[in-house]
Amino acid sequence: MIRFDDVTKTYDRTARPALDGIDLEVARGEFVFLVGASGSGKSTFLRLVLKEDDATSGAVQVAGKDLRRLSSWKVPHLRRQIGVVFQDFRLLPGKTVFQNVAFALQVIGRSRASIAAAVPEVLELVGLEGKGERLPHELSGGEQQRVAIARAIVNSPAILLADEPTGNLDPTTSLGITRLLERINGRGTTVVMATHDDDIVDSMRKRVVELVDGRVVRDEHQGGYVTGAVPVVPPPGLSVDHRGAVSVDTVPGQGGGPR
Amino acid sequence: MRFQFVLSEIGIGLRRNLAMTISVVLVTFVSLTFVGAGALMQQQVSTMKGDWYDRVQVAIFLCTQDSLSASCSGAASDDDKAAIEAALTSAPLSDLVSEVQFETSDEAYEQFRAQDEQLSASVTPDQLPESFRVGLVDPERFGVISESFQGSPGVEEVVDQREVLEPFFDVLNAATAGSLALAGVMLVAAVLLIGTTIRLAAFNRRRETGIMRLVGASSTFLQLPFLLEGVIAVCLGAALAGGVLLLAVDRGVTGWLAQQVPAFDYITATDVWATIPWLFVGGIVLASVASLVSLSRYLKV
Repeated sequence: MIRFDDVTKTYDRTARPALDGIDLEVARGEFVFLVGASGSGKSTFLRLVLKEDDATSGAVQVAGKDLRRLSSWKVPHLRRQIGVVFQDFRLLPGKTVFQNVAFALQVIGRSRASIAAAVPEVLELVGLEGKGERLPHELSGGEQQRVAIARAIVNSPAILLADEPTGNLDPTTSLGITRLLERINGRGTTVVMATHDDDIVDSMRKRVVELVDGRVVRDEHQGGYVTGAVPVVPPPGLSVDHRGAVSVDTVPGQGGGPR
Repeated sequence: MRFQFVLSEIGIGLRRNLAMTISVVLVTFVSLTFVGAGALMQQQVSTMKGDWYDRVQVAIFLCTQDSLSASCSGAASDDDKAAIEAALTSAPLSDLVSEVQFETSDEAYEQFRAQDEQLSASVTPDQLPESFRVGLVDPERFGVISESFQGSPGVEEVVDQREVLEPFFDVLNAATAGSLALAGVMLVAAVLLIGTTIRLAAFNRRRETGIMRLVGASSTFLQLPFLLEGVIAVCLGAALAGGVLLLAVDRGVTGWLAQQVPAFDYITATDVWATIPWLFVGGIVLASVASLVSLSRYLKV
């Protein structure tokens, strides 16, 4: 579904590339955590998938299309297959919940009838049934993020990208949002979630790809959030921490889960 | 649905950006008024040229009884007239001459009376000179005719009629050049202002457009509202310019100048109506180019 072959991205006037020779493949229907410190290249990765930027070298394939050869007038069609969620929600403050979600369909020219059918359905999926007439500022942060997720998936995209979606939320709410993304993943949507929320990564036991300085330093299935920079050392004799992230045979600093 | 949506987006944009929109309307109004005025003045010049300039170019006034000129000894005789006409209609002059008309004293008097009844009451027909009205193939060759007949028996004076109109055309041409120069400056200002306005509008709505880009709105959907905003503002400006030009021609030319100086044909409201569509076309082209340049820089897909 997403495939990076030796992808390097260098922004103008910076010596160090934001992404440096990335090889990565995300299969259809997968749930992947993209972890790493700020500046490690997570956002650049997502921008390349959306073709907001072009790779400096290497090939990016998304949904079966080679983005190097995708002409600019076809980019909107690519983006209709990708939903995006951000840390800051990016809702339109003057529009109601319903209108915010409907906006995503209006601007791609969908008919009024299909919008009227699709929006309540997706609001129910994200747990906001009955709140369609609220304005964003009348909602909690978690609810606002649910609106943003509803907007991202209302067009049934094949891929959902989430850039630090829980960055502004408390731990309980964050977990709820992540569970929602998992449920969406269960319906067949490929989900890539960039985050540095270790509790969430540890609790979900999904594939984890870690970036450091634009390189993939770790790619493991059912991983936890353990960085090379801050190794997690489990207390002696304890096999599992309070969230069950670290198992007994793990070598500290080399990853959380069983291979 | 799509159409309605684009319309509502335009409404939001125009309201949010009201001051800038008004300034675009006003600047295009002033610049298109000058463009239109320049075009109408040129039409006036060519109307007059077609009417006068080419028809009668040289007048050979013959001696009257009262003439004091050295070449005159009383009124021009029939022999004098025959000699002049023969010279005009035979080689070498006939190659230069396109038409010759003879104007009698009575005809001259009628013309005079038509132009100014009060003044003509104080003269009699026989005080006005008879004349040959000579059309030239090349109006610039006036000098040849003048040399041939100035001082000939029976000729009082040879006059290049164009000299009478020349100052008037000079004024009109200068006014045209002036208004077109002003129009040019104003049009540059208009283009820059439209570009800046579109840029501001795109900045004001970056939240909406950012989401539109992410959910895969086509560039048409993304850019059309901004483009149409510019076009609507320019059309309002063109409509105002057209209104002012109509008023000016109706009151100023048809209602005043044509009454005061009735000797000429003047442009009318019909000419203005014919000019107005071009003001719209020019304005729309201008706004579209300015918008697209601005949008391609500030609102990429």
